[in-house]
Amino acid sequence: MSGPNFPNPIVRWIDHRLPIFTLMHHEMHEYPTPKNLNYWWNFGSLAGIVLVIMLVTGIVLSMHYTAHVDYAFQSVERIMRDVNYGWMIRYIHANGASFFFIVVYIHIFRGLYFGSYKAPRELLWILGVVILLLMMATAFMGYVLPWGQMSFWGATVITNLFSAIPGIGDWIVTLLWGGFSVDNPTLNRFYSLHYLLPFAIVGVVVLHIWALHRFGSNNPLGIDVRGKQDSIPFHPYYTIKDMFGLGVFLIIFSAVVFFMPNAMGHPDNYIPANPMVTPANIVPEWYFLPFYAILRAIPDKLLGVIAMFAAIGVLFILPWLDRSPVRSGTFRPIFKVFFWMLLADCVLLTYLGAKPPEGVYVILARIGTFYYFFHFLILLPALSIFETPKPLPRSISQPVLGSGAAAAAAAMPKENS
Amino acid sequence: MGARAFFWVTMVAAVAFSDGISSAKAAGKAVDIPSQEWSFQGIFGTFDRGELQRGFQVYKEVCSGCHSLNYIAFRNLVDLGFNEIEIKAIAAEYEVEDGPNDDGEMYSRAALPSDRFPAPFPNANAARASNGGALPPDLSLMAEARSDGSNYLFALMTGYRDPPAGIVLAEGMNYNVYFSGHQIAMAMPLAEDGVDYADGTKATVAQQARDVTAFLTWASEPNMEQRKRIGVMTVLFLLIMTVLLYVSKRRVWAAVH
Repeated sequence: MSGPNFPNPIVRWIDHRLPIFTLMHHEMHEYPTPKNLNYWWNFGSLAGIVLVIMLVTGIVLSMHYTAHVDYAFQSVERIMRDVNYGWMIRYIHANGASFFFIVVYIHIFRGLYFGSYKAPRELLWILGVVILLLMMATAFMGYVLPWGQMSFWGATVITNLFSAIPGIGDWIVTLLWGGFSVDNPTLNRFYSLHYLLPFAIVGVVVLHIWALHRFGSNNPLGIDVRGKQDSIPFHPYYTIKDMFGLGVFLIIFSAVVFFMPNAMGHPDNYIPANPMVTPANIVPEWYFLPFYAILRAIPDKLLGVIAMFAAIGVLFILPWLDRSPVRSGTFRPIFKVFFWMLLADCVLLTYLGAKPPEGVYVILARIGTFYYFFHFLILLPALSIFETPKPLPRSISQPVLGSGAAAAAAAMPKENS
Repeated sequence: MGARAFFWVTMVAAVAFSDGISSAKAAGKAVDIPSQEWSFQGIFGTFDRGELQRGFQVYKEVCSGCHSLNYIAFRNLVDLGFNEIEIKAIAAEYEVEDGPNDDGEMYSRAALPSDRFPAPFPNANAARASNGGALPPDLSLMAEARSDGSNYLFALMTGYRDPPAGIVLAEGMNYNVYFSGHQIAMAMPLAEDGVDYADGTKATVAQQARDVTAFLTWASEPNMEQRKRIGVMTVLFLLIMTVLLYVSKRRVWAAVH
């Protein structure tokens, strides 16, 4: 394959010495992409854009924020009241965190349904789970920075979880706190890490995209691209489709940022942190609720912590739990049913995470937790053996072209304009 | 997994999340807070200047004896419809500490528009000492620091009742239907005709509660009107842009389908 012919002599001069324009042309322009991707495939690039929004707003916020227990809350209120458009930047950043998780959770469930974690994309999937973990750590530490009541008590509850680790638990908690309680050193190190981790995320995202471009996107049929007739260049087809999706996303995002910016926050976080007053019900941000429900469903503290981390850990080994050679849930009649049940289970756990841990909520949380692990550890391996998948289409262009002419057309290389 | 599935998932998730969030917020709240009609609700809602000015008067004459308003400066009162001269006059009614001067002494001077409202007590301990051990909270963020803040504030200020039979109040406590636990240290703050409104509005308890709630809602988020105005323009712009992007997408993809 010969490189692209750039008309601009300066571009040609640079590209000859540093082929960055060739790289961009290959990976963003002509990059062959399955022609049958549906709108669920918008959420990957959308997540990347939200990451950029978070970085830009976060860097601006950090110019006005003061990481000190006596001034943090005040400095956030200064941003809200006295910094030009500071309220907008902070509302975008705070709600952006929620929307980042919405987008990424949809992206993950898309991968789960269409088997995007299966060979040869196991590493791509694992890198994605690493990004999720980094996002969670970053979001948790970011929520501490305004130093409101939920910041302080959320930090206290979550860091205390590590004390459950036998032997070194207390040592780890002291290290996290930088002392013997959540205090100024805690706030300072969380601020430092909250600024650092997003760039670690950017690094893993680069690896994620690199691994993606090795074999290209999976697709709704879950079958491999067989030739030129199955794929189209990324630009302009998917650039315009992603931009349309971005437009829809920004409408919803803006509606929340401008018309209900505090709906996803907790009113207690507008009360300055007070170590002497414990809020009635300490709740984490909504995107942690399913994991919080799992944590509280287990009566033993250490086992609860293990279960909570295992809920993510199980995703790392998912490519080896689901051994079915068929990727897409479309052709797996039983898997499909259980996929929706898993989704319902996660919604249930989210709901239960916000409820007080008492009465029927505890029982439901235990059932939900059991089912979550049952799905991954028992159901998926069993389905790989017992399920009979539906016949797969011969190629991507076959179902697209329709029945009659399919075989003939599939044999011929189709030209893409 | 088509558009219908997406709709279904979104709706279920939205219901679950909103219920989860509201129940998370409701924790510790004893009774349902009745909803009021406010001029500032909704995406086109704005503050009523007359209401804000009356509410400011209630704050000044009633609340400010015990409650600080730390995040509001006199210059912010321009949002209430006061002009620069009026704001200077309002500020001049207050004394603030400044210094040190060239001799190293702290001194008092009349407040300027750039000063923040002086707090009634020098520190939390002094505030507690004067209020039977209870700490009157700062009011700058009250409407946001309580679930359903505006309705809650109105309910709280009009929620004082005689304790029901069998309820024994602790020393210095008052019974309030809407306060968590029903026992509140603050005595009923508003009285019939407790203030003399400059615009002639009859100062019933409900009227004062409404006005001061509007004022405190403004104080919690002075940029609310700007936020909604920019929001309407932003969403309109995005709607048009997204329609154009959709049309472009259809045209680009026409050859593929």
